[in-house]
Amino acid sequence: MKLIFKRKSKLKEIFFEKIFALCSYLSILTTVLIIYILATESFQFFKQIPITDFLFGTHWEPLLEPKSFGVLPLLFGTLLIVIGSALISIPLGLIIAIYLSQYASSKARRIIKPILEILAGIPTVVYGYFALTFITPIIRIIFPDAEIFNALSGSIVVGIMILPMVASLCDDALQAVPKSLKQGGYALGTTSFEVIKGILIPSAFSGIISSFVLAVSRAFGETMAVTLAAGATPRFTINPLESIQTMTAYIVQVSLGDTPQGGIEYQTIFAVAGLLFIVTLMMNLFSNYIMHKYREVYD
Amino acid sequence: MIKNNLKNRKKIDSIFKVASKIITWSSLVVLAVLLYHVSITGISKLSLDFLNNFPSRFPHKAGIKSALSGSIWMLTFVTLISVPIGVLSAIYLEEYSKKNRITRFVEINIANLAGVPSIVYGILGLAIFVRFFQLDRSVLAGSFTMSLLILPVIIISSREAIRAVPKSIRLGAYAVGATKYQTIRHHVIPIALPGILTGVILSMSRAIGETAPLIMIGALTYVAFVPETVMDPFTTLPIQVFNWASRPQAAFHEVAAAGIIILLIVLLFMNAIAIFLRNYSNKKYDF
Repeated sequence: MKLIFKRKSKLKEIFFEKIFALCSYLSILTTVLIIYILATESFQFFKQIPITDFLFGTHWEPLLEPKSFGVLPLLFGTLLIVIGSALISIPLGLIIAIYLSQYASSKARRIIKPILEILAGIPTVVYGYFALTFITPIIRIIFPDAEIFNALSGSIVVGIMILPMVASLCDDALQAVPKSLKQGGYALGTTSFEVIKGILIPSAFSGIISSFVLAVSRAFGETMAVTLAAGATPRFTINPLESIQTMTAYIVQVSLGDTPQGGIEYQTIFAVAGLLFIVTLMMNLFSNYIMHKYREVYD
Repeated sequence: MIKNNLKNRKKIDSIFKVASKIITWSSLVVLAVLLYHVSITGISKLSLDFLNNFPSRFPHKAGIKSALSGSIWMLTFVTLISVPIGVLSAIYLEEYSKKNRITRFVEINIANLAGVPSIVYGILGLAIFVRFFQLDRSVLAGSFTMSLLILPVIIISSREAIRAVPKSIRLGAYAVGATKYQTIRHHVIPIALPGILTGVILSMSRAIGETAPLIMIGALTYVAFVPETVMDPFTTLPIQVFNWASRPQAAFHEVAAAGIIILLIVLLFMNAIAIFLRNYSNKKYDF
């Protein structure tokens, strides 16, 4: 009796372990499927359009004759948003993190942290609406020649959107620096600012940089806010007051229209999404790499 | 680097302190501005009719009944699909898996999946669920797609909750003869539950606000009915907001703002539950 019971429960143990394991391997299946789909459909696309035309062409007009499939306008549009939003979110996010970890009282922290969480939880479409109906009119007052849809408005709103993420990741990195290092600095008679500049930031450098990379990667893949605010005109430009189109916004535009399945226009979204996937994947891996490679371990 | 000029150094320090304080608080003002702007634009459109009407070509008649019910339908199925899988994966990775290369690979993979742009998940859903499994633009296709999107988030937050359970609890259970499964089932999970639920609710609020993947699988259509089966087409709150916001007429922008108010109320409600659970868990098990 006892033995049977034991064997049964042993079987049960193994059964549950296998089920649990199966669930966690589902994530690998997801990645494999993403890569498989993007690769096969893009392959169809590149059979017709040479990959160099795609990567280095400066004209993107896949839906109208004469068709042309140079992705650079979309890439530049995306970069315009990424750079603009990074210029806003990176310095501000770092300063907020420094304030939170160094200067803020615990009461102030208790107020600021939840507000940052709420800001991080607001859906991107809401930010898009905010850009379109609040930021853009202000921009058009300052720069009367700005178009209704412009890259500047998109950058600002994406910057606001990723700001909480930068702030809380940098805050985590700064919090992880041992107190003893800080106190050592103070013992030498330095001011708070000097401790931040000379001790905190260098010690937390890997965490800070990896949070910057993650933020940039997030801005790269951001979709709804830029679709609403930055427009749908693929242009090879660096003027932030003009309407542009990002890679993500293009994908949305195609899926909103009634492009027939299987055609070359339809395959473009897989090629564009493939490029998007590769770039964000590289950034995420890079962020992960510096986080682990250059982490200063204190114990 | 450090000059022998105390007055100047202290001055720099206090300037930086004040500047960082001003910058921090003024960034938070953005939230207030956003909420204020949305409220004054949308409040006039907010009414019971707005909740009970279907979308319409006329802004004064437009409502969010189909979007709200679509969101609820989708959220129900996303919960049913993603929570068991996510929590079980987290249990496996935290409690069973050996620290070897495969585990490391799964971990890196999950971290990367969490960073994949949501629109790529939309393309995945389009190819797999809509076309391959021929689920069309149904509630089910949307729910599967959204589940894949939030799975990494659920796994990561559940793992943190499970990791926070002290080792002594497990050792105590083993000491009285419990098997591994019994230890996890009766001791680890109950203690980690509030933390797991917090993560689950926060990822649900992500699912409610996501728009891009659903647009990819074709949920942006004129839907003037409430879904009745899982195979029915549907629309959701953020998609409806996007639809209204992308129209040029200012009247539709007011309707969009009203939709945003409803969306934010739902999100705020979910966040409040998450915060409550977090405080509850902090109090109950203080090791």
